[in-house]
Amino acid sequence: MSISMIGLFQEATPAADAMDGLKNAGFELGSFDVLTGTPYPEGAFGEHVPQHRLFRFPAFGAIIGFTLSLFLTAATQLAYPLVTGGKPILSIFAMLIIMYELTMLSGVIATVIGIIFESRLPNLKMGAYDRRITEGWIGVVINLEDESRADDAEKVLNYAGAVEIKKA
Amino acid sequence: MQQKRNLTQEYTNKVLLNGTLETPKWWAPTVAGLGFVVLIGVIIIATMVNRGLGLTGLSRPVYWGLFITTFVFWVGISHAGIMISAILRLTQAEWRRPVTRAAELLTVCSLFTALVFPLIHAGRPWRIAYWILPYDISRGIYPNIRSPLIMDPVAISTYLTGSTLFLYIALLPDLGVLRDRTTGWKNAFYTLLALGWKGNPRQWQMQTIGGILLSALMLPIFVSVHSIVSWDFAVASAVEGWHSTIFAPYFVIGAVHSGVSAVVTMMALMRWMWKWDDFIRPEHFDALARLLIVVATGWLACTFLELTFALYGQDAPEIALREMQIFQWPWNLLFIIFFVTGYLIPVPIWCVKKYRNNIAIMFWTSILVNVGMWLERFLIIVPGLARRTPFVFTWEAYRPSPVEWAIMIWSFAWVSLLMLLFSRFFPLVPLFEQKESQVFTDDIQIGRAKVPAIVREVE
Repeated sequence: MSISMIGLFQEATPAADAMDGLKNAGFELGSFDVLTGTPYPEGAFGEHVPQHRLFRFPAFGAIIGFTLSLFLTAATQLAYPLVTGGKPILSIFAMLIIMYELTMLSGVIATVIGIIFESRLPNLKMGAYDRRITEGWIGVVINLEDESRADDAEKVLNYAGAVEIKKA
Repeated sequence: MQQKRNLTQEYTNKVLLNGTLETPKWWAPTVAGLGFVVLIGVIIIATMVNRGLGLTGLSRPVYWGLFITTFVFWVGISHAGIMISAILRLTQAEWRRPVTRAAELLTVCSLFTALVFPLIHAGRPWRIAYWILPYDISRGIYPNIRSPLIMDPVAISTYLTGSTLFLYIALLPDLGVLRDRTTGWKNAFYTLLALGWKGNPRQWQMQTIGGILLSALMLPIFVSVHSIVSWDFAVASAVEGWHSTIFAPYFVIGAVHSGVSAVVTMMALMRWMWKWDDFIRPEHFDALARLLIVVATGWLACTFLELTFALYGQDAPEIALREMQIFQWPWNLLFIIFFVTGYLIPVPIWCVKKYRNNIAIMFWTSILVNVGMWLERFLIIVPGLARRTPFVFTWEAYRPSPVEWAIMIWSFAWVSLLMLLFSRFFPLVPLFEQKESQVFTDDIQIGRAKVPAIVREVE
């Protein structure tokens, strides 16, 4: 049965030591993580952050928005082709305004979806967690597939100076 | 610019959640008072929809009056959020931290309110659907996308949707804090909204990159929205005073002027009402005032250019309109008030550092700006229609009716009520931004000196 264990620290340095200790003890990258109540400078805990693909989302959204808005603006004018003042049916500049707005709207919505997806949310299973993290404590959390290495993880966390260790 | 403050995360949570986890004594009576005004306003709106626009002072030739003025005013105020939040986020300005959430919220609430005005102004709001929805009505006619009256709702809906999502994404870490500090139904509510936020590096990375990305996407939308609002007027070639090529940038910079001033008003109220003296400090007002000096002067240049463009052509009707707008009673009085309150009083005051750091002075000058900016919109919209022209066969002097004034007052009460209700459930100052600034101000060793990680100008 998989277990989740969290070591709580009051300072950043011992938490970073715990992360190093888990790495050195042979725990797989990605199986342990650090939880904080505020963003720390990248790499402050020697943490492993996988490559993200957030930048693809707005581009993808914008392409969809552009295509749909082109269809919408062109099709609604062509559906009732009333010539006004001898001008072309398709009013390009007016179309561009609506297309611009809908392209941006679609880009924003896709970005928000991307942020949520790349943050791996929604995440209904919280695993090991402690509310003091949002008060400034730092949690080093490790997810294990079974209990075989739980003692090793606990030792590393204790050695680094964890104030408290909890399992879930 | 900012001085270092040592505030623990626990203290930050306790103080900034004092309006969310506890109910301030003034909150219920204020909400009740505003709720009463809003209720009266809703009854008046319902009566007007039922009885018709005859209850307003709108009559030939002035069909756009107080409602459209107030609509443009609220769209202008909405520009505060993205201007402050997105630009300062993109430029990594440290002093943005306590300002961003309130500014974004002001955007959402004022846009939501602005949308009401064209609806009720139409007289029969349900017919708006025929204009804007791409729906094939009985005669096979779709909305005319060549009209700014179609572009306008598209732009405003885009801006409202984007701003609301922007606000929500930046709320996620604070929703996690609230989830950890509540029980019962409130806990269930915040757990649902927080989506399982834990605060791991991946999530923080997405907050940072996502915030910058959304800011970059929202900025062009922000510029387009008020440009399109200005085209509601600028494409009306038959109306002098409206048909101007400078309207788009003029409206945008005017919107930023009034919007940033509204943020100053709001910041002062937040500091006084929730006693957030440790977080909203004079240095923030100082920074906003410096920004406002630049914006206001840019806006003044656009006002000058708008008049110059109008007069340069030597077009007799245009000159007649400007004469009326500036020299004829009662427009001349309104013009003087607009100019004095919009620029002449506040900007020289903001040039003095002592006054920029005085929160009461900043509060009152920011209110003055918005009095001036409301009048500016009124002076753009109404005189152009009210002037006697050869093709108008009846003239009525436009006098806004009590119904119009009451609905305008309703809009102010409604925005205030929405914001107070938001404050009861969500923090108005982003907690994680404040905490991050504490982490970044930790001392680092450079040679033999210990300095804050973010070096700032100290008094």
